[in-house]
Amino acid sequence: MKIGVLALQGAVTEHIKAIEACGAEGVAVKQIVQLDEIAGLLLPGGESTAMRRLIDYAHMLPALQSFAKDKPVFGTCAGLILLAETVEGEEAHIGQMRIAARRNAFGRQVDSFETKLAIQGVSDSFPAVFIRAPKIAAVENEVEVLATHEGDIVCARDRHLLACSFHPELTGDLSLMKFFIKEMCSNQLIH
Amino acid sequence: MSILTGSDVVKRGMALMQKGGVIMDVVNAEQAKIAEAAGAVAVMALERVPSDIRAAGGVARMADPRIVEEVMNAVSIPVMAKARIGHIVEARVLEAMGVDYIDESEVLTPADEEFHLLKSQYTVPFVCGCRDLGEAARRIGEGAAMLRTKGEPGTGNIVEAVRHLRKVNAQVRAVVAMNEDELMTEAKNLGAPYEVLLAIKREGRLPVVNFAAGGVATPADAALMMELGADGVFVGSGIFKAENPEKFARSIVQATTHYQDYTLIAEVSKEIGTPMKGIEIRQLAQEERMQERGW
Repeated sequence: MKIGVLALQGAVTEHIKAIEACGAEGVAVKQIVQLDEIAGLLLPGGESTAMRRLIDYAHMLPALQSFAKDKPVFGTCAGLILLAETVEGEEAHIGQMRIAARRNAFGRQVDSFETKLAIQGVSDSFPAVFIRAPKIAAVENEVEVLATHEGDIVCARDRHLLACSFHPELTGDLSLMKFFIKEMCSNQLIH
Repeated sequence: MSILTGSDVVKRGMALMQKGGVIMDVVNAEQAKIAEAAGAVAVMALERVPSDIRAAGGVARMADPRIVEEVMNAVSIPVMAKARIGHIVEARVLEAMGVDYIDESEVLTPADEEFHLLKSQYTVPFVCGCRDLGEAARRIGEGAAMLRTKGEPGTGNIVEAVRHLRKVNAQVRAVVAMNEDELMTEAKNLGAPYEVLLAIKREGRLPVVNFAAGGVATPADAALMMELGADGVFVGSGIFKAENPEKFARSIVQATTHYQDYTLIAEVSKEIGTPMKGIEIRQLAQEERMQERGW
């Protein structure tokens, strides 16, 4: 099974390594045509404003929006911001996940931190690295909240869409990636 | 549950998120906004870009905190700022102001001609310049969470950046190919901490992100550095000393991401105006070369 990683900017190779460690094939996606060959897509951590510019330069936004309408997408950190239906203070980007994102919700880089989180159905003690991280400020009713940190929502699932504020690719713990690939991507038909 | 700030994972992780991106020097809010709108992954807040520092002469210091603050208030992307080599207080001041990354930089006049900052003691992450693996490994040993090859800042001439990136990468490849029992002697020969070489041998690459810097003036220059294995690119004078900064910024961002798409690089290099005027390196006296600063 091929899982794509949007490869315009950010922690692309780290996600590809994690995907391959889970037994799937990781593909660096730089062009729209590559979306046809993948069962699911990862939106990696990076700078969301830079990624959005690069998406626009490559005229990829409509294709990404249409992919995220019914295919599995996992957004980490900046990827969460790209997926959110609402982003506080700016226009939404891919915008298919029924959550509201708040950028830099935990402060600047000096406030970035590591902690352990319980993620429902995934892990009781997941090592989570928050880097100038966003949070999920609100979710619609049908969205499942999978993890919180001190009351803030930091991981959620909306049907075929998954998002987290932190960086699972930086820790070597594959449980969240396995959850995405096994629970959310493996029933996808590739055409 | 307990939380941990300022760890290596958090500091090096921040640099990983910048990969594949362009970090641009800016001197005010207006330039910072242009950089952000063009798709820069971060901005470096400065009082003068390197080519102006070169032209002005005298002692180059940390920027006026008002400029740094103005830039921090203008954009939502990370803001970096430069402190002089070994200037503990400039670095602590920038950390206290909440800048996202400090560049302990040879572009400024060094404050200490013997010792660099002990960067592991700070919560804020640091980026440092290097010309070879010995210099790179010493900076990592001191706690740098990101590297950039030095090049020759403010010249618009890519030749030194190419030299330094090729040198570091060739030396990394040599370490990776060595047997572990050869590493201690290599550490002695390079003037590098043994533990850093061991980490390189085991990971097969530098343990931190390495950007290219010092001389990038065109989209093709940026793509060249990516082709040679840089994780991303710093552009100092190359954006705001170009005829049309907006166009240069957008084109350099695209060329960095799509560095092997030569048709695209041709396209984005059209009608963007003239790049900054360059300086032939041989015309610079030894004491005018910023790359010689750092030990």
